[in-house]
Amino acid sequence: MRIDLSNYDPGRFYDETLAAKNRARSYSKELIKLFRKMDEEELAARQLAAELAIKEMGISFTVYNEKDGTIDRNWPFDIVPRIIPKSEWDKIEAGLIQRVKALNMFINDLYHDQKIIKDGVLPKEVLEKSKNFRPECVGITPPRGIWAHVCGSDLVRDVDGTVYVLEDNLRVPSGVSYMLENREVTKLVFPELFKTYAPLPISDYPTQLHDMLCSISPRKIKRPEVVVLTPGIFNSAYFEHAYLAHQMGAELVEGRDLFVDDDNCVYMRTVAGPQRVDVIYRRIDDEFIDPEVFREDSTLGVPGLMRAWKAGNVGLANAPGAGVADDKVVYAFVPDIIRYYLNEEPGIPNVPTYRCMYKDEREYTLANLDKLVVKPANESGGYGMMIGPYASAAEQKQFAKLIRKNPRNYIAQPTLGISTVPTVTGNTLEPRHVDLRPFILSGKHTTVTTGGLTRVALRKGSLVVNSSQGGGSKDTWIVQD
Amino acid sequence: MLSRVAEAIYWAARYIERTENTARLIRVNSHLLMDTPKGVSPGWEHLIVINGLESIFSEYSGKPTERNVVKFLIGSQDNPSSIFNSLKYARENCRTVREIIPRTAWQKLNKLYLYATENINAGLTQKGRDLYLDEIISGSQQLNGLLGSVMYQDEAWHFLRIGRNIERAEMTTRILDVQSSDLITDVDVLSESTTLESVQWISILKSLSAYSIYRRTLQVRVSRTPVLDLLFHDSYFPRSVAHCLNSVENSMQSLIHNEQPLKSLHKIQRMIKKKDLQTLDQESLHLFIDEIQLGIWRFHSKLEKQYFLTALQSA
Repeated sequence: MRIDLSNYDPGRFYDETLAAKNRARSYSKELIKLFRKMDEEELAARQLAAELAIKEMGISFTVYNEKDGTIDRNWPFDIVPRIIPKSEWDKIEAGLIQRVKALNMFINDLYHDQKIIKDGVLPKEVLEKSKNFRPECVGITPPRGIWAHVCGSDLVRDVDGTVYVLEDNLRVPSGVSYMLENREVTKLVFPELFKTYAPLPISDYPTQLHDMLCSISPRKIKRPEVVVLTPGIFNSAYFEHAYLAHQMGAELVEGRDLFVDDDNCVYMRTVAGPQRVDVIYRRIDDEFIDPEVFREDSTLGVPGLMRAWKAGNVGLANAPGAGVADDKVVYAFVPDIIRYYLNEEPGIPNVPTYRCMYKDEREYTLANLDKLVVKPANESGGYGMMIGPYASAAEQKQFAKLIRKNPRNYIAQPTLGISTVPTVTGNTLEPRHVDLRPFILSGKHTTVTTGGLTRVALRKGSLVVNSSQGGGSKDTWIVQD
Repeated sequence: MLSRVAEAIYWAARYIERTENTARLIRVNSHLLMDTPKGVSPGWEHLIVINGLESIFSEYSGKPTERNVVKFLIGSQDNPSSIFNSLKYARENCRTVREIIPRTAWQKLNKLYLYATENINAGLTQKGRDLYLDEIISGSQQLNGLLGSVMYQDEAWHFLRIGRNIERAEMTTRILDVQSSDLITDVDVLSESTTLESVQWISILKSLSAYSIYRRTLQVRVSRTPVLDLLFHDSYFPRSVAHCLNSVENSMQSLIHNEQPLKSLHKIQRMIKKKDLQTLDQESLHLFIDEIQLGIWRFHSKLEKQYFLTALQSA
């Protein structure tokens, strides 16, 4: 039986592929044409082939659960690509470059003169209560004044088609390896579509990452020693750490592979003896990187790493302390931050955000808990938040209590009707909600991935795209229009 | 290269080789039993003994029946050397060094692991066992072939080669130990039948893919001394102890700071070279094998002390 799209109904949401029932958007015509010619069985077979390829390629992520400990799970993937026309993407890309530039200036300012506070643009209180501000970093200027070398910003599209930045991840954003692997899998599944669409390639990301890392090497040598520092195989993103190291030709190290010598330089233990390390792409949170300075009980880090960094003997990406801007309350100020440092209007808007630290905005939030999404300032992975329309009365009551107790720690946003893309369910297609995480690299140059990682909520009606909570992903195509 | 990586690659190679050889060991015993008359049948227990797994076996697996022993060697989670665990550890070690292992090799290892775990029940039946073991053996060989043809031959490659050949040398001695163990002590029965002895040596040769090589190079009736000579001393046969240790030596020479491990390797090589195989009776063969295995263990300790993270950190 042919695939039937006459029942495809995204409801009130913006569907990125179909403008109306049975009517493809201009850039989706060829994709829909292919589906119309396809049997349901073939669709299911192609999805199965992709899942098998993922299993055999060992594309996995690790989940921790109380009952079974850690498990390696196959990466959940949907074969239908999400298409974005290049004219629209160009604007998004420019907006992201602008945003990250301003954020880096902001972080550098916070660790130096704090002009933005003195000028009254950012309330002092926001900084004082920031969980990720590191007093240990005050006065330090990393190479080129850049703190957030790798940024992953989450974008969503609302019912009217407007794209918003939902959050910026400036600590150790992950997902880029899946973006790269998704493309490889899609090539196996829809070879015919690549001829029609010629989506812009994404495979130069590892080279760009390596170039960026080399550009922050303290030693100006031809081949700086770049390493990727991982917490180890039990980390949920270990696959990605190994993948990126492999793709860059860099060593993948654990804390125990490194040590800081009396000369305040970092060395790795090799079979030929100690070897100097120039740049560390660290995938360990600030708190764990150096037990001499941060958490003493950390066995993942390297004692003395902060000494070596402060002495300018090693490049760290991202710089310790960069996470200060990765705070959902700071997020609410980003449009002001862009205006303050660059004197420009933001290229991509923020989602309207109510800051519970302000009385008016807090009262509004408390009065509308059933309509809003409430998020704590410093959680990631979708943890600790409340989606009002889906929350029970008891849950709403609990969050009201939490907000009153610690208003600085909460923000609220309207529940967005985030956009949908056709997704395989059994042997047909149904709309599922998606977001997009592009990755922005800042070094000597600033580059943005062509597209990014599209995450999709595989459960019907669900808005939660995190892989740890039932989300999957799709290939993302930027195509000439 | 990182000490931790060298260690993981060395162990991954050992576990891959152990997988293949454990499969060979089970297969040789199955075939040997089919060629052995009732009454002299040694059963399966000695497979546990030569692997030094008696205490773990008796703790978890009950009586040494065919089913229990095969299950213990193929699928047991309690036996650290079972095919299941060997592949699991090979995979875990490779997982930590995925940036070094060629992607195609990682995929192959993954497939082999999936095959081994998904078909374990078939492998435990008498009918399905041979096919299962064949798949395991050819899967490991494909993996080795793949590594040989696509892996960059730097230090990582040498640690891989050292691990593989050390394990292979050791397993060749273990497979020979099948012959020297209980099976043969009943000399009265055996001396009556030179055919039977010959049949048993043929099984050993076949289990090491050495039968046609023996025929082609030696052209004599299959008997004890020439078989031992081929399996201990021959420098052209890739599974002979001498050949394996030569490969280890060869790779060792590409590494820096190799003095200590090389010294202990040369010791084993000399000991094997000067052994007069003709004089070995069953018991002295067994002792000779023990001596080689001890030498290999000493070499491993030197290697670990010189290069591996476990030792560097505790130093």
